[in-house]
Amino acid sequence: MDPPFPAERGVDVYNKKLGMWVFLASEVMFFAALIGSYVILRFGAPGEWAKPGVVLNIKITAFNTFLLICSSVSMVKAYAAVSDGDIGKMRFWLLMTILGGACFVGIQVFEYIHLVERGFVPAGVREGSELAEMVAKGELPGATMGLYGSTFFTMTGFHGFHVTCGVISMLFLYLTKALPGKYTQQDHAGIEVVGLYWHFVDLVWIILFTIVYLI
Amino acid sequence: MTTVAASPHTGHAHHDDRSFVSKYIFSTDHKIIGIQFLFLSLFFLLVGGILAMQIRWQLGFPGKPMPGGGILPQTMAPGGVILPEYYLQLVTMHGTFMVFFAIMLLLVGVYANFIIPLKLGAHDMAFPRINMASFWSAFVSGILMLSSLFVADGAPRAGWTMYVPLSARHDYSGVGFGQELWSISIIFFGLSSVLGSLNYITTVINNRAPGMTWFRMPLSVWALFITAVLGLLAVPVLAGAAIMLLFEQVLGTHFFDPSAGGQVLLWQHLFWFFGHPEVYILILPAMGLVSELIANGSRKPIFGYHSMVFAIVGIAFLSWIVWGHHMFVSGMNPTLGSSFMVTTLLIAVPTAIKVFNWLSTMWRGNLRFHTPMLHAIGFVTMFTIGGLSGIFMAATPLDMFIHDTYFIVAHIHYVLFGGSLFAIFGSIVFWFPKMFGRMMNEAWGKVHFWLTFIFFNTTFFPMHMIGMAGHMRRLYDPTIYEFLRPVQPLNVFISVNAFLLFAVQIIFFVNFWWSLFKGEKASQNPWEDNGLEWTLPNPAPHGNWETPPTVYRGPYEFSAPGVTEDYLPQNRKLPTDREPALSPAGH
Amino acid sequence: MNWWLPPQASNFAPRIDGMFTAILIITAIPFFLVEIGVIWFVFKYRGRPGQKGHYTHGNTRLEMIWTAIPAVTMVALGLISNSFWVQIKGRNSVPADAYPVGVHAKQFEWWVTLPGPDGKLGRTVDSLISKANPTGLDTTDADAKDDIVIRNQLHLPAGRPIVAYLTAEDVIHSFYVPEFRVRQDIVPGLHIKAWFVATVPGKYEIGCSQLCGLGHYKMRAQVTVHTQADFDAWAKEHAPQPQAGGE
Repeated sequence: MDPPFPAERGVDVYNKKLGMWVFLASEVMFFAALIGSYVILRFGAPGEWAKPGVVLNIKITAFNTFLLICSSVSMVKAYAAVSDGDIGKMRFWLLMTILGGACFVGIQVFEYIHLVERGFVPAGVREGSELAEMVAKGELPGATMGLYGSTFFTMTGFHGFHVTCGVISMLFLYLTKALPGKYTQQDHAGIEVVGLYWHFVDLVWIILFTIVYLI
Repeated sequence: MTTVAASPHTGHAHHDDRSFVSKYIFSTDHKIIGIQFLFLSLFFLLVGGILAMQIRWQLGFPGKPMPGGGILPQTMAPGGVILPEYYLQLVTMHGTFMVFFAIMLLLVGVYANFIIPLKLGAHDMAFPRINMASFWSAFVSGILMLSSLFVADGAPRAGWTMYVPLSARHDYSGVGFGQELWSISIIFFGLSSVLGSLNYITTVINNRAPGMTWFRMPLSVWALFITAVLGLLAVPVLAGAAIMLLFEQVLGTHFFDPSAGGQVLLWQHLFWFFGHPEVYILILPAMGLVSELIANGSRKPIFGYHSMVFAIVGIAFLSWIVWGHHMFVSGMNPTLGSSFMVTTLLIAVPTAIKVFNWLSTMWRGNLRFHTPMLHAIGFVTMFTIGGLSGIFMAATPLDMFIHDTYFIVAHIHYVLFGGSLFAIFGSIVFWFPKMFGRMMNEAWGKVHFWLTFIFFNTTFFPMHMIGMAGHMRRLYDPTIYEFLRPVQPLNVFISVNAFLLFAVQIIFFVNFWWSLFKGEKASQNPWEDNGLEWTLPNPAPHGNWETPPTVYRGPYEFSAPGVTEDYLPQNRKLPTDREPALSPAGH
Repeated sequence: MNWWLPPQASNFAPRIDGMFTAILIITAIPFFLVEIGVIWFVFKYRGRPGQKGHYTHGNTRLEMIWTAIPAVTMVALGLISNSFWVQIKGRNSVPADAYPVGVHAKQFEWWVTLPGPDGKLGRTVDSLISKANPTGLDTTDADAKDDIVIRNQLHLPAGRPIVAYLTAEDVIHSFYVPEFRVRQDIVPGLHIKAWFVATVPGKYEIGCSQLCGLGHYKMRAQVTVHTQADFDAWAKEHAPQPQAGGE
């Protein structure tokens, strides 16, 4: 609970927001472990890494990235709206954010299914699949595909899990607080705090998109 | 700054019409949650101890049927004779239960929860419901971990450090689903730890009573706060590693698989990057609690309070850059063996500073030897040994010989038992009246302390010797080696004393349970202590204070001039005291 | 029963034992200071009713002294130890004329390869590992033809540098001989070297020193350190028989 009046001066950030910043610090370490391992494994890999775009669909994922960034923008707009007292606009932009996030996850799941169909799995390349043929023809480096699959699915999978948790949380707040008018110009901590989480998740994705898809 | 209205208080001292379930089972009261952690962790301390007894049976009397061993399954101990399959589960799970579910929960789960709001003058933690989630997450984690002993092929067998490839492949270890359960349990534990940490950190930063400035906070709160920061940042790395290990077992990933370009040492780097801050999580709160007990027992201010704070921060900071000392002979680049040696030797310095300050606190004190003080003195004397033995292994060339021997095991137990556990025993006795409104029996407390102290030393000191002789760790039968046969009598001696050490703990358990119901009712401030918690009735009411107390001085004003008593609580206003300056509009 | 460290049988042992003793002395000082201090204070300052403790918050100068002395000691210890570490494990630490020995660890046995009269170890290939060829020795390699491959036995000549090439087939193992004071983890996927000089002829044991599974406790090998003459005789006796019908 927020400290009663009066209290000794802490940092001038209210508890829920401070709590979210602190939580995000732990999330940074979690993703650092996964991403750091990826960097170590990739730079120490016993051969060439697969070229960008051969296994993964950059075009669709670029659109997905754009979608996620847009949902961060709509999140900012929702927060700006409620700070100005415009509850209707806040509801609209929050809903847009939820839809953007849900679409992101949906497209991600679609991409996963497609990859698995082509033969790309966490263990690497499935025997007898389309990608296995590409390995046999030398279009994909067989020596590193195991690492590629392991790191790709773990990093993007946990990111997707975090996005999903964000979408569910926002939906929960939308239904229990935003719609029934419980957020006001003075009292809307939930929007700000979930917004922080959402921007973090977006930032992690931009990093992942760059180092996993593009490079 | 955005003004946000404070959420409604969850209750005052007088109106408490919550149901039994919301009062004691799904409670959001930090004190009840702390007590829940106490019962959970004492249970796991017992489990860890029972596992240790079986380890010592096998080491002292290899291949002999264990008394009571008949109840174990034939696949693990036919006729009560422990098999290697079971032995390796014993060593793995003893470490796992003791590190995570006993010591971490006893120090952090119990005392961070119980003490922080009380000593800061707060109603409760910043996020009471998240606090409750933290407990139940730990509970689920514990159940999962315990269940690994009962699935087919039993619990993991790769040591609590779970080195790959042994832990990653069922065909190398012989373990089945138990290995996956370990990873899943650790993930839940990580969640519990992070939720707890974010509560403790936010509460300490923002929920201090008026006048409770940073440098008037008790050292126990400082230590628990810094520990929470360590946990917040280190435990997620373990969670990440556990997930990678789980995927290795279940999804066939290749993070650690050299035949597919993976790196075996990656696991060790991830594990110890977590693991080293972890061991400071296991000792810093104990150090903070010991400061409370020693100041109280010496009737003197803590000597060098500011140095003590800087030492805590220094230890925490250095703890991030020493992890490679667990890997000196691992095959990692030897240059790292040099850099990690230097940082490791340096971390001895703030640790030494703390020991000197505790000693100086006792100097010219008016010493009271109540049970908590005895345990605190036990901590200082035993932790000194444990800490000094660390210097041997910090020197890389010497570690080449000492690594993976019982010298390390001796070091571990001198710091974790001689250190952390003594601090825990002393703290349980000290804060018992605050938790339950009764005192534990003082005479039996002293008997328990002395017998534990003696048998602790006779059990663990000889481990230095067998380590020096070259006795490796996790060895099912040391007598296979000719060079170890001469020290086998010491193994027998250690085992017998370990049994006695365990038996003596019955005194503590009986004292604890009996005192819960029949202990002498406690006065409000039975130890004549300065902490804010002792200005409340025993046990402390839900919501703690109706209005927060005002703090006028530091936490260790024992034997202060100008008052007749030899203690002076932080919130007692003297004619010379001024009201503290407050931040505008509270927030 | 020997209450001190094992007998010294390598070039590193005396200096390692010296470090042990030195650190024992260095740590004995704070040990006695603290423990005797506690006992003394416990008696001298035991509480008397009506008395108070001495009211002081500390002494900054004392803090600086007892910070500086341990810090300087630790840094000095680090620098001295490091020069020794570089000697053992540094990039150029392995003597050029070191006698090469292959040590291949697997669950739960040690496969040793001695280089034979040519003094060179033949190439090994992982894919060639089989029951008949436990170290994966590539017999097409000229250096491999005279290599001696033995199970759970390490034979060494005394008095000259040895370099052990350590490989692991499955999980992490660790090469450890207490009297040599040498310990080195053996990691699948890595090629690790450990060098030393066995100084005293005699019989010793390798103990696996990293938990490697159910048979870890009995993953033991016999080490025999011979005089150079005895070693040559032994190696001649155990030389591999020439292949029937040539290469």
